[in-house]
Amino acid sequence: MEAEIRRDGAVLTPRYDAAPGRRPGTARVIKDHLARTGMVVISAATCLLVVLIAGALLIRSLPLLRTQSLGELLTSSTWQPSHGAFGFAPFIAGSIAVTAVAMIVAVAPAIFTGIYLSEYTVARTRTRLKPLLDLMVGIPSVVYGLWGILFVVPLVRDHVGPWIDGTLGQVSPLFRQTNPSGYGLLSAGLVLGIMVFPLIVAVTEEVLRSVPHEMREAVLCLGATRWETTLCVVRRRGMAGILAAVVLGFSRAFGETLAVMMLIGNSVQVPRSLFDSAYSLPALIANNYGEMMSLPNYESALMAAALLLLAVVLLFNVAARLVVNRLTARS
Amino acid sequence: MNRKQRRRLQEAFFVGIMRTSLAGACLVLGTILAVITVRGVGALSWEMVSQPPESGFYLGGGGGILNAILGSLALATGATLLAMALAVPLALFMHTYLRSSRIANGIRLVLDVMWGIPSIVYGAFGFALMVFMGLRASLLAGVLTLALVVLPILARTFDEVLMMSPKDLREATLSLGATRLEYLGVLLRQALPGLMTALLLAFGRGIGDAASVLFTAGYTDALPQSLTRPVASLPLAIFYQLSTPFPEVQARAYASALVLTILILVVSLLAQLSARRLGKHVIR
Repeated sequence: MEAEIRRDGAVLTPRYDAAPGRRPGTARVIKDHLARTGMVVISAATCLLVVLIAGALLIRSLPLLRTQSLGELLTSSTWQPSHGAFGFAPFIAGSIAVTAVAMIVAVAPAIFTGIYLSEYTVARTRTRLKPLLDLMVGIPSVVYGLWGILFVVPLVRDHVGPWIDGTLGQVSPLFRQTNPSGYGLLSAGLVLGIMVFPLIVAVTEEVLRSVPHEMREAVLCLGATRWETTLCVVRRRGMAGILAAVVLGFSRAFGETLAVMMLIGNSVQVPRSLFDSAYSLPALIANNYGEMMSLPNYESALMAAALLLLAVVLLFNVAARLVVNRLTARS
Repeated sequence: MNRKQRRRLQEAFFVGIMRTSLAGACLVLGTILAVITVRGVGALSWEMVSQPPESGFYLGGGGGILNAILGSLALATGATLLAMALAVPLALFMHTYLRSSRIANGIRLVLDVMWGIPSIVYGAFGFALMVFMGLRASLLAGVLTLALVVLPILARTFDEVLMMSPKDLREATLSLGATRLEYLGVLLRQALPGLMTALLLAFGRGIGDAASVLFTAGYTDALPQSLTRPVASLPLAIFYQLSTPFPEVQARAYASALVLTILILVVSLLAQLSARRLGKHVIR
């Protein structure tokens, strides 16, 4: 068989893959199907990873969960691995406290910045500011931790601490400077707040920008100021989204390891004051992996801590992401 | 004060707050970079970045952090390539076979959630897996764990890039009788610069991540040699040097942090350049 050249210049080549009884282009279709199957397998495997991670951590933490009930583990505050006492309460309290400080520091400025980026800036300013926020995300947590040690800890120790102690400290023991070293909840919380700031900004901006332009135009038409328009937009659609942004920030802060570990002071106690040193769940895992094998159930306890961390983060993340997806999909 | 003045004041007040927040964030970023640069530059030397640690390095002896620089590069390169093998087909799959379907949005949700899982949890999982498979802390285990951390970042970033591709491209290609797989080839060509950006972003995140390699890659003073040996990484090098009580070793930690920050800056700069420069064959 030879190629046939038509009058308009098109070349009709004979099909070598055409076996009798097969439809034209079968090889291509088979290839297409094979590729599809392969990609279905890859996608399914990726999605199953989360289940696999949770399953593996659960299996590794079973030995501990068999000896102690979950409620006991979560509420007991005695942490003496050599006596087989694994109470997670100080670590959970420390994690929640440091995350709370971070959120108090970060939430308001982050939401205002997000609103500013979405409501008050033109596209060109946004594309100039975006790399700065990306850079803040990109800086490794060990660098944040180091900056905390060099800059935030002395600041808290010498200036912020005495000042807060002198004013609010007279009112409530929560603000007393109990710890002269500077390493504690406040220092770790400040740095952690800066680390989650760009995430909250990004989600807030994304959610607000999905509100249709017509709505803003309608409100502006009625003679409202920009801020009044913003309030309208936020009240109408943005509230849930901003809440979701905060929840996402919370869960990111909750799992942050190295920076917190370098700044929080790492002492096993339920913190009573803003300046107390504490211990966070991720720091517990990271600090003790070395001795993990030496004591019975120790490894199991650390895996249970990781499982707990995973459970909290999954719960918050899924809820917040569902809200964000729903808000941004409607437009 | 009448109503009009009050509203104008309110507007000015909130704009002021917003500008202050933004300026505050920029100021903090500036302070971070300034503090790391000023404190790091003092101990930075050619010896630091060109030699592995000699004996007694952590007591103030000679040598450098070449082991950690090369180790970090090896870990991040391996992890990015491994994650790419999964993330790229996954993202392309969502845009060729599953375009705008519920399943694609479900996969997106899973990836977003995976992005949110703390890297220490991946580290613990990697450790559990190592124990299960009888591996010891090694470059291989570190690469595997870090690939898990980087996978959702790479897949979602590339997914966002693919979302920007023109709709007409799909319609034109498919209307010529192309199969989805053939369309995938066209789409890949279109998204190649974006893929480069996503890869660099993931690479940068891989270099900076410490919690996942803490258990799995271990630490060593030797240069990385084989997949089955432990490797050092820059974040851990900083962390360990900082934990020593000697000021001169701590000063080296500052210098190492400067090296790490510069690496990250270069990678993110390349990522932005690649987005702009590599778009020669892209239909806009």
